[in-house]
Amino acid sequence: MEKDVPRATHDLGGVSKFMCEPVDTEPHAFTDFDREVDAIRQLLGMKKIMSVDELRRGVESIPEADYHRLTYYQRWIRSITDTLLRKGVITEAELRAALEAG
Amino acid sequence: MSILETDGDRLLTALRGLLAAKGIATPQEIAERIRITEGGSPAQGARMVAKAWVDPAYRALMLSDGARAAEQLGIPMRGAPPLGVLEDTPELHNLVVCTLCSCYPRAVLGYPPFWFKSAAYRARAVRDPRGLLTEWGTVLPDHVKLRVVDSTADYRWMVLPLQPAGTEGWPEEKLAGIVREGDMIGVTFPAAG
Amino acid sequence: MMLRPGTRVHVKNDWPETRGPCHIRTPHYLRGETGTVLRHLGDFPNPEDLAFARPAPKLPLYHVRFDQPALWHEGRAGDEVVVEIYGSWLEAAL
Repeated sequence: MEKDVPRATHDLGGVSKFMCEPVDTEPHAFTDFDREVDAIRQLLGMKKIMSVDELRRGVESIPEADYHRLTYYQRWIRSITDTLLRKGVITEAELRAALEAG
Repeated sequence: MSILETDGDRLLTALRGLLAAKGIATPQEIAERIRITEGGSPAQGARMVAKAWVDPAYRALMLSDGARAAEQLGIPMRGAPPLGVLEDTPELHNLVVCTLCSCYPRAVLGYPPFWFKSAAYRARAVRDPRGLLTEWGTVLPDHVKLRVVDSTADYRWMVLPLQPAGTEGWPEEKLAGIVREGDMIGVTFPAAG
Repeated sequence: MMLRPGTRVHVKNDWPETRGPCHIRTPHYLRGETGTVLRHLGDFPNPEDLAFARPAPKLPLYHVRFDQPALWHEGRAGDEVVVEIYGSWLEAAL
């Protein structure tokens, strides 16, 4: 039975609303975006700038509608950005300037 | 709108520039990391499975310490989480899921496939696993017990499937050729061909 | 206290996500449930601390077996779910 207590978005084991949802078993090609985000996360971990646990915490804090709308690595880049901002590795002003510069 | 809601491609471009400028992650380092990561693929895990089918001592090592067994075949495991290997028997079938995120034995299987990361797979595997398996056309005989392993923490798990009938005496390389990604997560069985 | 293989354990009936920001590796569907320790997998830093870059003491990690149909009141008798759970979330069942 699904428990009656509020549940975090990512905590999906047994959640009723997905019980009748088919699984897309087809292969999906990895994109350059996916590969690069994955590599950046690894490097940040190896350099002790951010752990995989911090990555997960950031992913888990994404609001439910966005969590299910974003792709896997779109969640990651959002969590990585969030974590780097929180830890002061980058500042919001730097990020805004970099976004404007494109 | 929060800056975090910016489109992912734009965030990546901005971060790439900032991390390079700060000397945290250079484009060369990123390219090298991608190259190393792409070395992991289901073919690696398949080599381990095939060796375990023909070599009882290797099977024993693989079941007691998956990472050492992988290293013995030249698969780099440094920095990777411990690897647990789940042995299928005629009475027991194993199925791996990560209900909380998408923990996957990447060192030996490569990037997780799309379905492994999907909400439907993660939700259904622990509650309706036999129904879930039919998505792959996999039907588990009623006398076989199903063990679902929810990969929640520091280990990564792969399945050592049963060697299919009709492959007795095959050389290791040929055996490795019939072992697919899904066979090592437990959604499918290897077949003779 | 180390839990031996075969020990019956309760997963704590605790819901930190209802109290504020946190990171938990004990799935929602197992809270308050009873299982059996299969084995001690090793000691690992507490992810609930690592997620916030706090000092993280090591905790024992166990592989714990649960009866699958008992969790959901559906499924095939004898099927099971096996999950990694940190010692801080387990208490010996009497």
